[in-house]
Amino acid sequence: MYKEICAKYAPTKDNLIYILHDIQDNHPQHYISTDAVAAVSEYLNLPENHIYGVLTFYSMYSTSPRGKNIIRLCESPPCYIKGSENILRKLKTILGVGVGETTKDGKFTLELCACLGVCGNAPVMMINDDVYGDLSEEKVEEIIEKIKGRN
Amino acid sequence: MKYYRSHVLVGINETSVAAGVHNFLKTLRAELSKSGLSDEINILETGPLGFFGKGICLTVYPDNVNYENLKEEHIPQLVQEHFLKGRPVPSLMLESAGKFSPKLNYNQRIVLRNSGIIDPENIDDYIGAGGYEAWEKALTRMDAKQIVEEVKNSGLRGRGGAGFPAGVKWSFTAPLDAEQKYVVVNADEGEPGTFKDRLIMEGDPHQLLEGIMICARAIGATKAYIYIRGEYKLCIERLQKAIDACKNYGIIGTNIFESGFDLDIQIKIGAGAYVCGEETALIESLEGNRGHPRWKPPFPGVKGLWQAPTVVNNVETLANVPFIISKGAEEFKKYGTPECPGTKVYTILGDVSYPGLCEVDMGSTLRTIINDYAGGMKRGFKFKAALVGGAAGMILSERLLDVKMDLASLNQYSAVLGSGAILVMNEHQSIVDMLWSILRFFRHESCGKCAPCKNGTQQLYRLITKIKKGEGNMDDVELMLSIAETMQQTSFCALGQSPIMAIRSAIDNFRDEFIAITQK
Repeated sequence: MYKEICAKYAPTKDNLIYILHDIQDNHPQHYISTDAVAAVSEYLNLPENHIYGVLTFYSMYSTSPRGKNIIRLCESPPCYIKGSENILRKLKTILGVGVGETTKDGKFTLELCACLGVCGNAPVMMINDDVYGDLSEEKVEEIIEKIKGRN
Repeated sequence: MKYYRSHVLVGINETSVAAGVHNFLKTLRAELSKSGLSDEINILETGPLGFFGKGICLTVYPDNVNYENLKEEHIPQLVQEHFLKGRPVPSLMLESAGKFSPKLNYNQRIVLRNSGIIDPENIDDYIGAGGYEAWEKALTRMDAKQIVEEVKNSGLRGRGGAGFPAGVKWSFTAPLDAEQKYVVVNADEGEPGTFKDRLIMEGDPHQLLEGIMICARAIGATKAYIYIRGEYKLCIERLQKAIDACKNYGIIGTNIFESGFDLDIQIKIGAGAYVCGEETALIESLEGNRGHPRWKPPFPGVKGLWQAPTVVNNVETLANVPFIISKGAEEFKKYGTPECPGTKVYTILGDVSYPGLCEVDMGSTLRTIINDYAGGMKRGFKFKAALVGGAAGMILSERLLDVKMDLASLNQYSAVLGSGAILVMNEHQSIVDMLWSILRFFRHESCGKCAPCKNGTQQLYRLITKIKKGEGNMDDVELMLSIAETMQQTSFCALGQSPIMAIRSAIDNFRDEFIAITQK
């Protein structure tokens, strides 16, 4: 599987970031495994340590398995002063996990992130590719319930 | 061409998409056709409308009525009353919230002049609004030197934060003899509270492309990359559509307009790192490395991407260029102040009546921006402070409300304009708390390359946490200043050099608050 993804890109170093994005997006657990790193290392003829260096530098990549839905709550100043801490507390309670953890049923991973650029609607979070703004504790509960139902 | 009785502009952006605008439009179209109005009412999907209502927003022309926060259940009423009988529905209008109509100063705009008026996904709309005239002029009627001179004369300064004159930057790269040169667009907008570039790209992607083309021609680059953050899905989609349309029309490609000039523009997607907004870190990231900044000199203008001469410009900077070329530097200088010509796009957030986006002359005061474009303070709240320029900016107090907002004037107060984010705080909010949040941000985003920043951001966070808990004393406050000053002098790049601004401004303007919390 990793080889097929790699083959979509020219074997040059500047494609590393895209290959890693592609591998992660296509993995059911949204992460980049040691096998994947080995495959990319071979394809791009780069040492594995370079790949780990890049992988762990950028916040969008993960080296450990994650849930089906990834929640990224913004903790930057504009969201912070609009009460993102309360939203975080609520999320932790509903999901029963801490930051960086995945729920037992593998449905949700809770993460924090820096500014998402949707500050007009602070506090904001992203779940997978969707942005949810003007969050309140009630709204968060609704959103999570809705996604649970969908899955 | 078809004529319509009424045009309905619908703002499609991250906010309205989240509010379900696509389904809303489907229902609206169905309702219009049910009432037999499909041939009379034109629905145009566009970018930001220039005001910042909640949820789904519409502007109806020629009536010039703005609606906000629309839901599907409002559609029958809207269609029956307004579109059929011509009676606008006051209860759904933007004004109903506070009797405030945001100033839509289209005649004073440069960067956002098409935003919310044309369909950003249709190249013909842009061309119809005078688009690509500047590109044609630059390519067929001007030589590279003239373009650089024109931009230099305009006095356009970088809009990404540092404020370096764009024409001067280009003039370093233009005369170099190199096999390959590059234009790189910095669209990795990550400064907390800033999303002007997102709205510029969502509202008028072609204008940015035209700016890139002119820059490429001026410096002799045949390849351009737009480095954009992965979260900006709609921007990426619209830019790609715009690039494809340009290729289709032969506006970019090989031997453009038979001038012998080739140009290729590609989008490159980032992976989430604030430091990549620093130009050399951005270049490292483009090359497939960790986003660590490089030693300067050599500057990217001489040795940048793959060691080739590279001009890195911010989105807003380049979006100003088509105007300068088509209308001339003198026309551009009519906007703004003599030292700092042109306009500035701001995002206004926090406790104002209408958080939003505006484009005003450089040198407008904070008071004007807050009162005229954001409807003043939210009812019941008093102004306390504004964080201007994001985390790498300053916390300004009421004393500075009437200072002109341009690079030269702010400099006198050792303040910066930064990225154009204005975050307004009310009297109940704590400055210490705000500073804590800023320093937490820096601690997280320090890239770890140089010791002053790596260790300094950790120590600053430790100290402010202690102060916030009420366990600190004034020595801790002074120590923060001293650490941040050392970081300013010794850090490798702008990230480590920045925390001093927020810290110093917070302590200078709100010292009482620090005294109160340390004496608790």
